[in-house]
Amino acid sequence: MTKSQAAGQTRRERYEAQQRRRSLIIAASSTVFVLAALVLLVPLAPGWQKVQLSFFNGEVLLKTFPKLLEAFRINVMIFAWSAPAIAVLGLLIALARDAKSPALFPLRIFGAAFTDIFRGVPVILTVYLIGFGIPGLGLPRPWNSPYIWGSLALILTYSAYVAEIFRSGIDSVHHSQRAAALSLGLSERQVMRDVVLPQAVRNVVPSQMNMLIALQKDVSLLSFIGPVEIFRQAGVFKSLLANFTPYVGAAIIFLIVTIPATRYADHLMARQMRERR
Amino acid sequence: MAKLELRGVVKRFGDRTVCDGIDLDVEEGQMVCLIGASGAGKSTLLRCINLLEPIEDGEIFFDGEDIAVPGLDPQSVRARIGIVFQSFNLFPHMTAIENVMLAPRRVRGKSRAELLPEVEELFARFGLADRMHNYPDQLSGGQQQRVAIVRALAMQPEVMLFDEITSALDPQLVGEVLDVLLMLKKQGMTMVMATHEMGFAREAADKVCFLQDGRIVEEGSPEELFGNPKKAATQAFLARALK
Repeated sequence: MTKSQAAGQTRRERYEAQQRRRSLIIAASSTVFVLAALVLLVPLAPGWQKVQLSFFNGEVLLKTFPKLLEAFRINVMIFAWSAPAIAVLGLLIALARDAKSPALFPLRIFGAAFTDIFRGVPVILTVYLIGFGIPGLGLPRPWNSPYIWGSLALILTYSAYVAEIFRSGIDSVHHSQRAAALSLGLSERQVMRDVVLPQAVRNVVPSQMNMLIALQKDVSLLSFIGPVEIFRQAGVFKSLLANFTPYVGAAIIFLIVTIPATRYADHLMARQMRERR
Repeated sequence: MAKLELRGVVKRFGDRTVCDGIDLDVEEGQMVCLIGASGAGKSTLLRCINLLEPIEDGEIFFDGEDIAVPGLDPQSVRARIGIVFQSFNLFPHMTAIENVMLAPRRVRGKSRAELLPEVEELFARFGLADRMHNYPDQLSGGQQQRVAIVRALAMQPEVMLFDEITSALDPQLVGEVLDVLLMLKKQGMTMVMATHEMGFAREAADKVCFLQDGRIVEEGSPEELFGNPKKAATQAFLARALK
């Protein structure tokens, strides 16, 4: 009956369209208002001139950006070899902590101690202790490289977190799945490999994406033990040019990588929520 | 000698006794239905027979061998006794055919190619020929439950256990799953099922057992148990269930 009006819309549809228009107008005008306030008010602050010159200096940015980008390749490199190692080690630790046979009890203890220790110590401390400590043993080149030991520090720390996420994934698989698999005559091991793990890993992909993003940023901590990656390079420019803009440039480069990655992780998370429902 | 003989089976969860000394004989080719209110111990009893739950006391003889001996490797027994659950429990990350082939590949050590003819035949027999490559969430409840039955059958079990397999289905899908059970009965499969489908139990069972508080209160042929229940508890239950 109500369909007779306006291009076959029901009254509910017309109401909702009107509500959508309304919230769009409100959102747009409040955004414009806040932006205008920022643009107009911030330059009125007494120190703005100085801040602009030392943090948002276009000339410095243009000059240093290519070099920063080049230094970022080192971050990418360290990330690229650490991430797979973390995935493998994290999974092994998670499995070690769930080991049931009494002969493997030492493995369980080791797994628990590992996660406790490396989650309990700040990353920067682990980087220092391993990055300075192990080369301090007087190892010959190339075995004294801070790249190796710095990466190892990241791998150990992140594996501890990643292992805990894998474990929560294993716990998230409903016990009826295990029962069904066992009832078919599969062994505990086969149940884990064929039924539980594939589902567990899939369940934790979004969480692990977030760990990857965090890792990408923490690679910069290696600058404290030597490698001239992007953060260190920005520091060099800062001293050279007496200007903080290179740090802003470094931040921009990080954001170019992390924002899409974060969006993607959120997208995966949202999709998973929908599937669960 | 019966195919399956339960003697004084006791199962406790903490201080709650779920099965309280159950004796039951299941002859080869028989269909035995367990009826009773929720919580009477029907599902737990089935899980005990499949060794998914260890029992506290009693014996379970399967072909004359006591499979409830503590320390016995449950794997070989489970491979010979199939169970189908109320909530299907298909593996969601595998297609229907992968669900069915997993255990035969791992336990019977066959390759996919070797298994294909018999698995295709099973799917066809249960009206699922065009559903082999669908994932569980692309199937209706009735189809999922039939895939779960096929999955258990692919291990060529000697006994099948069914744990209220139609309880999670829409009423119009119950029939297609019960038809499968009748087909299995005709082929001589030994079956034990916990069920709330009184009409089906009355029509298809060789023996019906009424359970209450972890005990078999009364058992007999469907004619005896439904037509002329002797115990007051059975009469009360049936009066409510058949209303």
